[in-house]
Amino acid sequence: MTERRIAVVSAGLSNPSSTRMLADRLAAATVRELAGEGIPAQVDVIELRDLAHDITNMMLTGFAPPALETAINTVVSADGLIAVTPIFSTSYSGLFKSFIDVLDPEALTGMPVLIGANAGTARHSLAIDYAIRPLFTYLHAEPVPTGVFAASSDWGGAADAVAPLSSRVDRGARELAAAIARRPVAAAADPFDPAVFLGEGRSFGHLLGGLADE
Amino acid sequence: MSAMQFGIFSVSDITEDPTTKTTVSEAQRIKDLLTIAVHAEEVGLDVFALGEHHNPPFFSSSPTTTLAWIAARTERLILSTATTLITTNDPVKIAEDFAMLQHVADGRVDLTLGRGNTGPVYPWFGKDIRQGLDLAVENYALLRKLWDEDVVDWQGRFRTPLQGFTATPRPLDGVAPFVWHGSIRTPEIAEQAAFYGDGFFANNIFWPKEHYQRLIELYRQRFEHYGHGTAQQAIVGLGGQVFMRANAQDAVKEFRPYFDNAPVYGHGPSLEQFSEMTPLTVGSPQQVIDRYAGMRDFYGDYQRQLFLIDHAGLPVKTVLEQLDLLGGEVVPVLRKELDTNRPADVPDAPTHAARVAAKFGDGPVRQAVPNANRGDNLAGDRPYRDTPAPAGASFGAAATRTGA
Repeated sequence: MTERRIAVVSAGLSNPSSTRMLADRLAAATVRELAGEGIPAQVDVIELRDLAHDITNMMLTGFAPPALETAINTVVSADGLIAVTPIFSTSYSGLFKSFIDVLDPEALTGMPVLIGANAGTARHSLAIDYAIRPLFTYLHAEPVPTGVFAASSDWGGAADAVAPLSSRVDRGARELAAAIARRPVAAAADPFDPAVFLGEGRSFGHLLGGLADE
Repeated sequence: MSAMQFGIFSVSDITEDPTTKTTVSEAQRIKDLLTIAVHAEEVGLDVFALGEHHNPPFFSSSPTTTLAWIAARTERLILSTATTLITTNDPVKIAEDFAMLQHVADGRVDLTLGRGNTGPVYPWFGKDIRQGLDLAVENYALLRKLWDEDVVDWQGRFRTPLQGFTATPRPLDGVAPFVWHGSIRTPEIAEQAAFYGDGFFANNIFWPKEHYQRLIELYRQRFEHYGHGTAQQAIVGLGGQVFMRANAQDAVKEFRPYFDNAPVYGHGPSLEQFSEMTPLTVGSPQQVIDRYAGMRDFYGDYQRQLFLIDHAGLPVKTVLEQLDLLGGEVVPVLRKELDTNRPADVPDAPTHAARVAAKFGDGPVRQAVPNANRGDNLAGDRPYRDTPAPAGASFGAAATRTGA
């Protein structure tokens, strides 16, 4: 079975961060689920904190410095995306949104996404569904139904005993693994290949409108 | 004229000088730009190219007016644009303006087409930015037709149809201005340049070289694909950005406030980071020579190199000093270095004289002489003495009026 690539974007600001802890759990569970289906998977983790200056520079200059370009290519060419952000002031963090903003608006079309978020208390948990999910829907990505929210208490004794974090993680991972398995292996489309920007077998005459579909 | 052309291009920005907190008036900046353009010829450069904008803080809404003045004050300088908006200008007006400029400038004219990067210009001119590429494709096809055919019948999506239209004056000597297509990101534009066998210009200012490499490589391959020659015979122009002083540290110290506050990239990456990622070179003339002599290693042997030197509020005196360094120390060496080991089949940079010779050889060059006014201010369906008879001339109203 062809190996799949999962990109993990973690937008936590501290190091170590609970955002990253959640991201790692989601990634490990997804790899495990895929392995259960006999599908090997590789995980590439992108810590946005390391790219914060590059992201700002790209917003100002319009082009990505090399490290950010590599990260962007990793995300847009992946078979699936795990996107995890802290909830700040009722929504994704500014750094998380800035990274999304420097992606080509069409780059995530059809991408299976598992959304994760974390915050101090469970009172912020719906932010996944009113803030983060619409963002990915707008981009024509395909977020799986389960979003995994982790409150600080989920990491300790006051955790949700009925639906513990680990079972929510497993459920989200199962859905993402299934979405990845259903999808053909991501093939990187070269935007400078005439077959990509003109259409297979087409010529500039088609852009001119002089040649009908054939 | 040598194998390569060197020159400068200006976006016509009027920007506060961050070191003195002063901003010149439009009137002053326009006069300064004219001085800069004339000085470009005085120091031995080949090309002056001017951008097009339709909003402050830029002044260059009417490039052909400006270039015509420069043409009258110079003898060798090629006047060009960087860029002319093929999306929002009427292609009929582009055809007329640049043919006119050709005549007053004795052929020292070419142009670079671009789609523009100021969003509101589209609605201001009644267009939709989402159709930018479609506009570029259709408008250029019409522009070509207007230059290549004396009588144009045309219908498209974006402009009112034309029936029996002749763009005047006809291109000088029957040869339209050479066209470069400029793009910083769009493969379709590289494809367009290749399809027509036109030039491709990469501004080479804002992005890392790997980005332009892919665009230029695509253009070269497709130029060959469409049968205009080999990939290495495609016509490539590059931009670039430099600031020089005899002592490299002085250049960095002097240029840094202009860089840090520049409208396009200021308050972002440092001068050092930007210099590493893009062709911006701030240092001694020798450093500029070394950097730009290496461009052909990335892009192949090319035909035109333009430098941006008059932006971000730099005082005109400084810009003129930069021209002295470019013309005096940098370009003569670059000419020599880029000529060394240049394959014999790589074409020279396009000039009007060479293009006329290529079209007519030793034969007579076209001189368009109009037929007489029929009395209704029109010259009929064969407006010039040598206009070929229209296809299907025996049909329709035009046929019955021939010779009227």
